[in-house]
Amino acid sequence: MNSIQVNGISKAYGKVQAVQDIHLDIQSGELFGLIGPDGAGKTTLFRILATLLLADAGDATVAGWDVVRDFRQIRRHLGYMPGRFSLYQDLTVEENLRFFATIFGTSIEENYDLIKDIYQQIEPFRKRRAGQLSGGMKQKLALSCALIHAPRVLFLDEPTTGVDAVSRQEFWEMLQRLKAKNITILVSTPYMDEAQLCDRIGLIRQGRILSVAPPDELTAAYPHPLFEVGAQNRYQLLQDLREYSPTRSVFPFGEFLHLSTRHPVDPMDIREFLAARQHREVVVRPTEATVEDCFMNL
Amino acid sequence: MEYVIQADQLTKKFGSFTAVNAISFSVKKGEIFGFLGANGAGKTTAMRMLTGLSQPTAGQASVAGYDVRTQPEQIKRHIGYMSQKFSLYEDLTVGENIWFFGNIYGLSRSVIKSKTEQLLQELQIGSVKKQLVASLPLGWKQRLAFALASFHNPEIVFLDEPTGGVDPITRREFWEMIYAAADRGTTIFVTTHYMDEAEYCDRVSIMVDGNIAALDTPSGLKDSFEARSMDEVFVKLARG
Repeated sequence: MNSIQVNGISKAYGKVQAVQDIHLDIQSGELFGLIGPDGAGKTTLFRILATLLLADAGDATVAGWDVVRDFRQIRRHLGYMPGRFSLYQDLTVEENLRFFATIFGTSIEENYDLIKDIYQQIEPFRKRRAGQLSGGMKQKLALSCALIHAPRVLFLDEPTTGVDAVSRQEFWEMLQRLKAKNITILVSTPYMDEAQLCDRIGLIRQGRILSVAPPDELTAAYPHPLFEVGAQNRYQLLQDLREYSPTRSVFPFGEFLHLSTRHPVDPMDIREFLAARQHREVVVRPTEATVEDCFMNL
Repeated sequence: MEYVIQADQLTKKFGSFTAVNAISFSVKKGEIFGFLGANGAGKTTAMRMLTGLSQPTAGQASVAGYDVRTQPEQIKRHIGYMSQKFSLYEDLTVGENIWFFGNIYGLSRSVIKSKTEQLLQELQIGSVKKQLVASLPLGWKQRLAFALASFHNPEIVFLDEPTGGVDPITRREFWEMIYAAADRGTTIFVTTHYMDEAEYCDRVSIMVDGNIAALDTPSGLKDSFEARSMDEVFVKLARG
């Protein structure tokens, strides 16, 4: 069953086309990642699907309901965690949670099971005002509040932006557990390494979805020869490789550079080119593409 | 070896809470120094002391040759600072921002004028000189913010999570600006949550609960923590 269906959704703000002709089919219980940079249109799409914004064209359903006609049902069964922290800063942790439970006509006790894993980590601070929490704790409280009415579908708009690597990892472990409870999750992120943890990902840029695939399929379909190249002076290496004639693109990738070439090249040839330019400690080897390589290739 | 930052037992307490616990380290001239840590580990507090915005409770540090305790105003004049949260005035134009920063740093009218032309050309943003900063793409803003943080040729530029949210190509273009600045001898002190960016640094320190728990080159850290990536090093350390 399709949990989220999007047919040709477009939205402009004045002259700026925020999203354009978006089509998506997200299955029930799927963890779907919307991957793209700031300004790509991710938040606009979330707001349309969360029934907070009307599209200029196209239609969409969430959990079987139309985003315009059936907005009341969607709001009852959707959990939405916006990108900006949107809880009441001057209420305590517990008051926020109780507030959201009450709004949805339920209680903390009734759905405690669903949030237990997450909420237990912040329960020691339940008397603390939300405004006083650290970034990681705010994020856990926001997720608890988005889940307290046991939604069928969960929208998470950049839940990990500005959050450190450890909290990010814990957050994704929580999402895997929610998915196991058959909640459909649509999550956006600018961190490409997180894409690997989704069932499928849609790459979005300048309001358009550029590709939809499971992350492994996406990376396996990378169409160019790709090498990781290292040397002692990385900045010089980058500049020199730009002058290497088979080079298509060359970008820093952590410890190494990723060099993609227009045609197959023998790694020996690259080594010789670099040796001639006095590079030391040269490493050249073929490598697999990552989601980030694919994104930059689009 | 010439050091531009030297911290010795630098400490900051808020009441009974020790935010920064007697950290000692040095940063070399022209180095790209990564300053990592989990949210709440004490990075921001340490950085505020090093930039002369906050007085240490104990210990000392010198930055660009000036003492953080007694010469904070001198420090501010000799460093650049850029943060993702605030760096430019959104409701001023590109040209007005440049003019404003030039004046704040006390540069003369003629110097500002010639440096402005040079900057607009280098960043290839001459066409948007009269546009409000708010209307620029995030990546352009970040590059302009970095250029302005370096406008007065400071010895050190502090970058506080400069690249959050931008696309992968823009993020890399930004790092090329950092490399180029370091190549010219500017010291870069940078915090980031992107662990691949930690790999771009010459040396990296990782703060855990107010202490510097590790400090080495990225490859040195990976060796000593038997980790394949900086991400793994970070998670091992910060999770304890």
